[in-house]
Amino acid sequence: MKLKGIRWSHQFTLLLLIAVAFLVSVHMSRHFLDPAYLLTATTNFVETGLMALAMTFVILLGEIDLSVASNLALTAALSGVLWAHFGWPLPVACMVGLVVSAVAGLANGLLVTRLKLPSLTVTLGSMALLRGAAQVLIGNQSITGFPDWFAGVDQRVVGPFPAITLLLLVAAVAWWAVLTRTIRGRMTQATGANRAAARLSGISVEAITVRVFMVSGLMAGFCGLIMMSRVGAARWDMAQGRELDVITAVVLGGTDIAGGEASIPGTMLALILIAVMRTGMGLAEINPETQHVAVGILLAASIAIPNLLRMRNGQKAQPAK
Amino acid sequence: MQAFGDLLRKLVRSRESGVLAFLLLAFAVAAVLAPRFYSLQNLRNLLLDTPLVVTVGMGMTAVIVCRQIDLSVGSIVAVSGMVVGELYRAHPGLPTPVAMAAGVAVGVLLGMGNALLVTYLKVPSIITTLGTMSIYRGLAFVIGHGNQINPNDLPARLVSLSITSPIGVPFLALFALLIFVATHIFLSRSRWGRAVYATGGNPDAARLSGLSTNGIIAGSFITCGALAGLAGIMYASRFGFVNPAQTGTGFELQVIAATVIGGTQVTGGSGTAVGTLLGCILLAAIVNILTVAHLSGRWQLAAYGAIILVAIVADSAGRRQRVTVAA
Amino acid sequence: MSLNRMVIAAAAAAAMTAFLWGCKPKTTAVTVAAPVTGTVRVCYIPKNTGNPYFDAVNNGFTQASSALHFKYTEQAPATADATDQIPIIQQQVQDGVNVIAISPNSPEALDPAIRAAEQHGVRVITIDADLTGSEQLRSACVLPTDFNKLGASQIELIGSLMGYTGDFAILSATTDAPNQNAWIAGMKVALKLPKYAGMHLVEIAYGNDDPQKSLLEAQSLMTKYPHLKGILSPTTVGIAAAAQAVETGGAAGKVQVTGLGTPNQMRRFVLDGTVKKFALWDPAQMGYTAGYLAYGLARGTIHPAAGVSFTAGTEGIRVFGTNNVISNGPLMVFNKSNIGQYHF
Repeated sequence: MKLKGIRWSHQFTLLLLIAVAFLVSVHMSRHFLDPAYLLTATTNFVETGLMALAMTFVILLGEIDLSVASNLALTAALSGVLWAHFGWPLPVACMVGLVVSAVAGLANGLLVTRLKLPSLTVTLGSMALLRGAAQVLIGNQSITGFPDWFAGVDQRVVGPFPAITLLLLVAAVAWWAVLTRTIRGRMTQATGANRAAARLSGISVEAITVRVFMVSGLMAGFCGLIMMSRVGAARWDMAQGRELDVITAVVLGGTDIAGGEASIPGTMLALILIAVMRTGMGLAEINPETQHVAVGILLAASIAIPNLLRMRNGQKAQPAK
Repeated sequence: MQAFGDLLRKLVRSRESGVLAFLLLAFAVAAVLAPRFYSLQNLRNLLLDTPLVVTVGMGMTAVIVCRQIDLSVGSIVAVSGMVVGELYRAHPGLPTPVAMAAGVAVGVLLGMGNALLVTYLKVPSIITTLGTMSIYRGLAFVIGHGNQINPNDLPARLVSLSITSPIGVPFLALFALLIFVATHIFLSRSRWGRAVYATGGNPDAARLSGLSTNGIIAGSFITCGALAGLAGIMYASRFGFVNPAQTGTGFELQVIAATVIGGTQVTGGSGTAVGTLLGCILLAAIVNILTVAHLSGRWQLAAYGAIILVAIVADSAGRRQRVTVAA
Repeated sequence: MSLNRMVIAAAAAAAMTAFLWGCKPKTTAVTVAAPVTGTVRVCYIPKNTGNPYFDAVNNGFTQASSALHFKYTEQAPATADATDQIPIIQQQVQDGVNVIAISPNSPEALDPAIRAAEQHGVRVITIDADLTGSEQLRSACVLPTDFNKLGASQIELIGSLMGYTGDFAILSATTDAPNQNAWIAGMKVALKLPKYAGMHLVEIAYGNDDPQKSLLEAQSLMTKYPHLKGILSPTTVGIAAAAQAVETGGAAGKVQVTGLGTPNQMRRFVLDGTVKKFALWDPAQMGYTAGYLAYGLARGTIHPAAGVSFTAGTEGIRVFGTNNVISNGPLMVFNKSNIGQYHF
């Protein structure tokens, strides 16, 4: 019960921070408070958000996936090359891209479970390998000229809402339901909390880990297609460094980096907080370096300050793992 | 002959045998693909391409052995380089040792920031250094007001460190060698070194046996920061400029990759300075061979990734075999 | 995973995709850019931050803005990544600027964002590089110099340093950089002239405009070709790295380095004799011209079309060529005697 209390308060803190960031943004730029613009601006964060949902499960298990942004680039590059250079129909090319992204995730999962390798090193390697493969495929070229039905997915709307933003919300609800309402989700939680106990109680820890990595890969691939459509181009260097944004959103959302505790609403709130800060600061013409610094401070403070308060209250801080 | 056989057996059984085998393989491939690899000039290039990664790799080895990680080293290199560059701008006559001391001091301070967050505020190191990676990078911009340090701002005697020394080998390589030897002795021969392994291998047991695990973890972060600070001035010497955005970007991954390839386990408790040194040389050699063999542009990153994966898989297979032999 | 679950997962994925790509695109009311009567606001988006070359362009803009009294800001992405420029364009449009001047990192990836900006009544001009293939999206383009002549003049530069005989190599940026490739094509044409018959281009290396990679490439060129007499690098990152490689390799005087570079980056190499001479246009002048162009577009006093001209302050007359491209100024050659006068 106590744990639950902490988690609630963390989300409450995030909500408060969002409110503060929002008010400060309104104060800093008179152009911020424009629903149409804010809705458009959300589309820039959809890929990060979708990958963060999948990453929440990965981190829940005490693992990490550094290869997501590279997987995104490879999927886009491969689909683009099959379509542009080999003349495959675009839907088929995209399907193949998705399959490859899932296989890459599966490979990560198998290396982690079968060979008992730490996911940090495995995905460090696949991060370089997958992006490198994208570079081998298209070099420094851009693949462009997609048909109208495919391009500009961020421009599609349902009423006033961008379709991809709605998709992110639906996906978040689905993810939350899977995590908290299904046996599989509970089993994943149990595995993250105590691997040995989960194994003793008959849960196939390996199967769950493999599946979570595969879903992370597939999600990254799907984001590759979204990004390819959104910017109208496939390049090997797409979303470089984005894995750090994704991990930041998950950890800021209250998921324990050591595993065992995860919160989908937390991840989404953290994403909204980052989005409001970035958009507001951008409109106020604060340069990107300073935006990075602000998010970095927020990330460290989000864990340091609660620990400090706990210490003040004479409780023991959670040890660094 | 007997002694040689023993040495050989010891070598094959050692943790570093895997990476050594890869290194020999790479050299053999180079002989076929790019014979020019063996020209004196190219070997000298190799000698200049490794010192930065080796220097920071030694600190990273200590950090990873402690079961921690430091993602902020690339940003520390940039901050230290910018500080040293600004110092030279203000005082062109600054003696080199003073500039080096300033770079190291910057690194110590930033390393202390990491250490404080990790040990006192109990923020896991991956999150701490993910955050400080951004914060320190921002600092690099603030120091130079977003401007880069141009070759003109750096004195010729700093650049000459990358050219030669009284014994013919560039000073940069000598620094790295010195740091490697010191780290090797420290980790394998000193009481403190054993404490580092104990802290990473089993923190609870280490604490119960009276070791200050927090002190050791803090020490490893400060050392890693100091070495990254030194690498900042080495960067300025080697590349002749410092740019707040470009300097050190992605460097942390190179260093971690070299350390991991060298057999250091991210789960803590094991890893050696020798292994990391070999890992650094292997990565530099591969980049160099690909460049000399005209395969530079497109294939480099993929080759890098493949090597990391193959090396860790081979290492884990080797480890299991060693366990079987022991049992 | 059982077959059943796979079917469900596939169906969910298909439904998701159908939903996404099935929605109608939003219809945007197109605002036609009308002449601005109040204060004109201009924003410049360079390729990346902390780049001395774009700092110089920024200085030119600042000069123009104080001469013409328009409000000017610069917003630079942290990395030279095309997708990083997209949110900045959107933010500037929302912020109500009249003209966006941009040095595009990748032409194609910016097309949708630039189209949206134009639909909101914001004029877009490109500087230093163009939206090759989608020129209709921007009002005009300011290129630093006549790119058609650049290749030939670079060959003359390296040729004069090597005595028109021997092996030389080119150190370029990336294999697919449009400007670089156009210039290299020009160089190859020039090399066919009898004057350059004794010169032999041994390799074109690519340093990806990354200092470390460029340095490695320059080193390896000297390793691979022991008789190399020159490295020609038509990119500011490459030429500085090549000079550094020659200096640390102790090959000054043996291997000539030249190409395009900024005086501030090259000063030490010129003064210590590693580099005898190199060329560049004046990036500040280009920013200055772009500032006048942006202001004129916003006020409705400049209507770009081939052959149309306007006066760019103290710099004089500028004429639009095909595709509304302005070739701003001549190449300048810097050497020991004149480099002291230039600070960019």
